[in-house]
Amino acid sequence: MSATSDAAAQLTGVGLSYAGGVPALAGVDLHIARGEQVAIIGPSGAGKTTLLSVLACAIRPDAGEVLTLGQCVWQLSSAGLRDLRRRVFLAPQVPPLPPRQRVVHAVLAGRLPRWTVMQALRSLIYPVEAALAHAALAQFQLQDKLYLRCDRLSGGERQRVALARLLVSDAELLLLDEPVSSLDPALSVQALEVLQNEATRRNAALVVSLHAVDLALNRFNRLVGVRSGRIVFDLPRAAVTDALLAELYGAELNQSVQALPEEPAAVLRLSRCT
Amino acid sequence: MTAVPREWRDPAWRGRLTAAIVFAVILGPAFYLTEFNPAVLWSEAGASAVRQFLSTFLPPATSPEFLWMVIEAAWKTVAIATVGMAIAILIAAPAALIATRVLSVSRLAQGRMALWPSALRTGMRWLLIFLRSIPEIVWAMVFVRAVGLGDTAGVMAIGITYGGMLGKVYIEILESADQQATTALLRNGAGRLSSFWYAAFPACLPELLSYTIYRWECAIRASVVMGFVGAGGLGQQMELSMKMLAGGEVLTMLSMFVLLIFMADLVSAALRKVFA
Amino acid sequence: MTAPAVRLALGPVVSIAAALGFLLLCIASLSGDWRSFFSVEAMTKMSEFALAFAAPALDLTFLGKLAVASLETLAISFLGTLLAAVGGLALALPAAGRWGRAARGISRLFLNVLRSIPELVWAALTVIAAGLGPFAGTLALALHTTGVLGRLFAESLENVPPEPQASLRHHGVKPLIVFWYATFPQALPQLMSYSLYRWEINIRAAAVLGVVGAGGLGQMLHFHLSLFQFPETASVLIGMIVLVTIVDAISNRVRDRLTL
Repeated sequence: MSATSDAAAQLTGVGLSYAGGVPALAGVDLHIARGEQVAIIGPSGAGKTTLLSVLACAIRPDAGEVLTLGQCVWQLSSAGLRDLRRRVFLAPQVPPLPPRQRVVHAVLAGRLPRWTVMQALRSLIYPVEAALAHAALAQFQLQDKLYLRCDRLSGGERQRVALARLLVSDAELLLLDEPVSSLDPALSVQALEVLQNEATRRNAALVVSLHAVDLALNRFNRLVGVRSGRIVFDLPRAAVTDALLAELYGAELNQSVQALPEEPAAVLRLSRCT
Repeated sequence: MTAVPREWRDPAWRGRLTAAIVFAVILGPAFYLTEFNPAVLWSEAGASAVRQFLSTFLPPATSPEFLWMVIEAAWKTVAIATVGMAIAILIAAPAALIATRVLSVSRLAQGRMALWPSALRTGMRWLLIFLRSIPEIVWAMVFVRAVGLGDTAGVMAIGITYGGMLGKVYIEILESADQQATTALLRNGAGRLSSFWYAAFPACLPELLSYTIYRWECAIRASVVMGFVGAGGLGQQMELSMKMLAGGEVLTMLSMFVLLIFMADLVSAALRKVFA
Repeated sequence: MTAPAVRLALGPVVSIAAALGFLLLCIASLSGDWRSFFSVEAMTKMSEFALAFAAPALDLTFLGKLAVASLETLAISFLGTLLAAVGGLALALPAAGRWGRAARGISRLFLNVLRSIPELVWAALTVIAAGLGPFAGTLALALHTTGVLGRLFAESLENVPPEPQASLRHHGVKPLIVFWYATFPQALPQLMSYSLYRWEINIRAAAVLGVVGAGGLGQMLHFHLSLFQFPETASVLIGMIVLVTIVDAISNRVRDRLTL
């Protein structure tokens, strides 16, 4: 078991309910070490987005403890929270790009945590470090879109621009919510490759929620299955059987929590020591 | 630092720089023409005048006779606005009926409006434009010189200008509503007035009412402003008090004015909710 | 009291009767002498005025003065609106709730006071502080329009889609930078549209402010009308209409380009 200070993120007994008492997460225990790459899979509405938001210190859970990069997130002051968030990158499902903003600014927004106010304002007048944005976009073959407006891009292009923002930031914990949902299979693989290489290069933890299970199986060594707000399994790739997947994605006849699969090693926490 | 390669240079930069320069060039003369000089505000003359005037603001004038006079003047303003609106409706309603394309029989029959009806309609629209393009305060000034100080000038000024405004919007409302019912009646030989009364009017009534009530509220504001040129009501009283630099009276009247606007806003919103 | 219930209760007859009653009350309150409006004297004066439009004053010196006054009015409206946009944005920030409910309430109250008082009344006040002339007009316009634009800007800022801001905040970006990178750019087209629309209204207001001595075409109008110089008055009015039309055209074109 790796020491807590080595962990990129650790959730203990986390629970969260939205207004109206609908539980989004319940009894979640999750440990992610530095440099690990994890795929989160599960049916729609399972709570993957909420889970990522909690990991990203974006929403505060009702129950349980959140330790991110070794710090008790919700006991920090607001300045401390801001400093911590600088080291975390959350890419929401819908790319949060202001429609009329140009791609160059949308990408360079990843540098904002490190810029001073003067640099940030200067960049609005004339883009500072445009070369950086150009290089990041080039990894996704979007370099010619540098000065286009975001609303002139297709859905898939917008998604990749949001990913380019990640390349430009220097976060140590990367959380991506369905980052390739608008990309065709070939582009999905290519984009994931870029992201995973970057994460490896920085030794950053990478947590990606995916809809396409085969992508998850092919590219990630650890899969976490989420259903109805609970973690159903947390296994290395080899241990994920078709039966498990079928149970995970089975028809939602009732909202009760899935029974744990037969294998007792279901909640085994395996950390990668890369 | 090496030069930025072609493909990384911001293409929008030139346009923005030009716009900024144009803006700066315009700004200079603008400051000059308006004799913009904030120093005046703090200068001896300006500051002392302001200080003196402001010092008379407190305490506000609250003697019963004065308060009663202010309430009366405020009521007069409402009366001016209301009667003015009545005249405006008397002008706008027939004008809109004549000018609207919705009731054009020739258009239905031949696909295009015939010459005379079209000319009549255009002429009526131009009249409405003329009525409203001259600010009501100008009408008020003219009428004050023609008939003397007092309410009449204000009532007529509002009647004429707002007649133009109401007319234009009535036409727009009539023409943006669904015209099927009206057209059906016209085709079946019903007279224009009946078609209007039974089809177009009921359909458009909520919007017509809503806009008219909103305009009534604006008319109250306008009446106060026109009072400054002698057209009666609260505005006229305020102008007199300001001329005498009686700050206390001005403060009371300003408060009354804000209260009046607030209440008119409430009444207008309530009426619109009920009827529209 | 629900709307349908009231509608049933009042009925059209009662409402019309109430409205007419109110109207009669108002007519009774006015001391106006109706006949004086249609008297020979009044009619003569007014027809003289109307005829003057057919023969407005056109000599060159006068037209020169008219041109200068028009430019003055244009400058008043332009600068007044510009100052109001800046002031309005500054006040819109607290009014949109950035700094809590107390600040929001106070700033909204302040904006309401600014915009409740009509430009002309402000002009009467600013003339005391700044003396006669266009500076007073600019200040008056700026004060009133700050109230209007501040409220509109605050609503725009509040209605901006929150996802881009949230994303930057979650990445640890300072609130000031979040505003300029996410909130402001999204609101900017609407802010500019409101400002340009307000400029159209202000050119009419600026023309009229001169009546209390605040410069521009209004001052000329007041001067000539007081002397019953109808041809000159007609020229000034025509100048006003032309100026308003030009500004409307420019403003519409710029607004069209913005929304593309």
